[in-house]
Amino acid sequence: MSNTLFDKVWDTHVVKKIKNGPDVFFIDRHLVHEVTSPVAFLGLKNRDIPVLYPERTFATADHNTPTINQHLPVKDPLSANQLKALEKNAAEHGIPYWGLGHEKNGIVHVIGPENGITLPGATIVCGDSHTSTHGAFGAIAFGIGTSEVEMVLATQCIMQPKPKSMRININGALSFGVTPKDVALYIISKLTTSGATGYFVEYAGDVFKSMSMEGRMTVCNLSIEMGARGGMIAPDETTFEYIKEREFTPKGEAWDKAMEYWQTLYTEDNAVFDKELTFDAADIEPMITYGTNPGMGTGISNGIPKAENVEGGAATYQKSLAYMDFNEGEDIKGKSIDFVFLGSCTNGRIEDFRAFASVVKGRKKANNVTAWLVPGSHKVEDAIKEEGILEILHEAGFELREPGCSACLAMNDDKVPAGKYAVSTSNRNFEGRQGPGSRTLLASPLVAAAAAVTGKVTDPRELLTMETSNN
Amino acid sequence: MAYDKFNLLKSTAVPLPIENVDTDQIIPARFLKATERKGFGDNLFRDWRYNPDDTPKTHFVLNNPIYKGKILVGGKNFGSGSSREHAAWAVYDYGFRCVVSSFFADIFRNNCLNIGVLPVQISPEFLDKIFKAIEVDPNTEFEVSLPEQTFTILSTGEMETFGINAYKKGNLSNGFDDIDYLLNLKKDIESFADTRPF
Ligand code: SF4
Repeated sequence: MSNTLFDKVWDTHVVKKIKNGPDVFFIDRHLVHEVTSPVAFLGLKNRDIPVLYPERTFATADHNTPTINQHLPVKDPLSANQLKALEKNAAEHGIPYWGLGHEKNGIVHVIGPENGITLPGATIVCGDSHTSTHGAFGAIAFGIGTSEVEMVLATQCIMQPKPKSMRININGALSFGVTPKDVALYIISKLTTSGATGYFVEYAGDVFKSMSMEGRMTVCNLSIEMGARGGMIAPDETTFEYIKEREFTPKGEAWDKAMEYWQTLYTEDNAVFDKELTFDAADIEPMITYGTNPGMGTGISNGIPKAENVEGGAATYQKSLAYMDFNEGEDIKGKSIDFVFLGSCTNGRIEDFRAFASVVKGRKKANNVTAWLVPGSHKVEDAIKEEGILEILHEAGFELREPGCSACLAMNDDKVPAGKYAVSTSNRNFEGRQGPGSRTLLASPLVAAAAAVTGKVTDPRELLTMETSNN
Repeated sequence: MAYDKFNLLKSTAVPLPIENVDTDQIIPARFLKATERKGFGDNLFRDWRYNPDDTPKTHFVLNNPIYKGKILVGGKNFGSGSSREHAAWAVYDYGFRCVVSSFFADIFRNNCLNIGVLPVQISPEFLDKIFKAIEVDPNTEFEVSLPEQTFTILSTGEMETFGINAYKKGNLSNGFDDIDYLLNLKKDIESFADTRPF
């Protein structure tokens, strides 16, 4: 019986069940970017077949784009070639394409919600694992590989076995200075990077109910970092308020009808999950990672754990610390850093820039720090300007760049040099993720801001007063 | 994309006893700029395999000529991270047809199955035995049987079974892919699409 939020949405999208096999699963909306799509379009060409429903696919350029001088031709010939390929493929198949400079351009997972492409009860896929972001709206959303991108283009379906279900409950209120990013890093540190593999997660409890849509997106975005295929949160007034009147959301009668359906999207009281976990909001403090996967996170006032207290192989743990040039048992606070990256589909939304500004306001960027502040989209960029945040940033010695994935995966020129430390609001701290030899410490925009003005890992609560954090 | 049929594979194996090998290690993002599926094998494990000046890191297993074969054996949680299918392409293009681990990340496993690389998940204990067998003799041969769903250490005869759903098994052994299957369902898909509210 469909009685969890996940079941309700999943079961209404199954075109056909295959015995001892995956479900033929219908995709409502498909997001495409330049890096994982060219080979899929090539596949269509080789088979000589069209895109079945071009109006269900939306394309943007984000992964492999410069974050300065976007009005000039892209310098790297390979990147330029990839962008040209997407533009051509989109035009050939009648897919809307929001390329560099377009007012709707930005990171796939930022522009989907912003433009009302992301809706409760919908299924959304994209050739990027952080597609889980869209689950914040009560959608089933997950990342797929290029073969699957081709499948969706050709047939609007993929072959997908139904994942198991997990619910993560967090009740109580978050403490001062603790953000949605900290909630997510806390959960991942408890579950490890493979703790939710094979599951689809529903987040429930007070903490998520009172969270903004931006915050919910941050949490759902990071579901993949504990191995989950995706995460979702039941839609409520906060959700409906956010999506109302956006360009691609239903209007008029269609809206009323959709609302009727959306209001049925919650988990029934008697529902049973394959796995259920509960945490207490009061236990969460600002988090930061010290190792080379997102599960290696700690409360900022705790030190780097000893190998004996860590699950998994000591050899792997030591290799990771050696890469970071950290030692077990050391304090993480006070470590000197070189770069700060505010951005990505995890923390590149307006709320993240507000949080960052609340800390740097009236302070100055530390001299030893190079800071990359990259909005998730042009709309975020516009809001930063309209709200007066840009002035605060400028006064504190920061520049704003143009939208894109940037140093989240460092395919463009925004690369952290070998051996340097970056406090980053993105989602992955793998070896070399931000450039060959780079060392990444994942954290919230507040922690990133505190690092940017002090030049070292700093607890943002030491810089914040109660009022500024609540605005 | 069509790929070779998979049935029986007998080969030596390359050991990589590291946990949480993520797809950024398998193929770093800066090598994802191609618009065709070509040449990814050259950059498989690029930053573990080569120094910044492109000279080989001699201690890395792919640079050690005593290890070779069509089977890659990795530590727990293999293929975590990014959804890039390029990681599976790199594994395939380098010449591997089978990846063995005690645990795989979801998307990587799917991507492998979609391009004709067989992911074989076995118990942690058996994984240790495989690593030991290769350590003792790098020329140890293994046999992967898709029809029987077994993985065997040929020198000792020790064997374990592995799971795969019947649909994917059929695809792999016939060299079919999902699009062939889905295109046959086009009518059903179209009538289903008509019922969707958005
Ligand atoms: S910001 Fe990073 S995680 Fe998000 S879509 Fe871009 S590359 Fe993927």
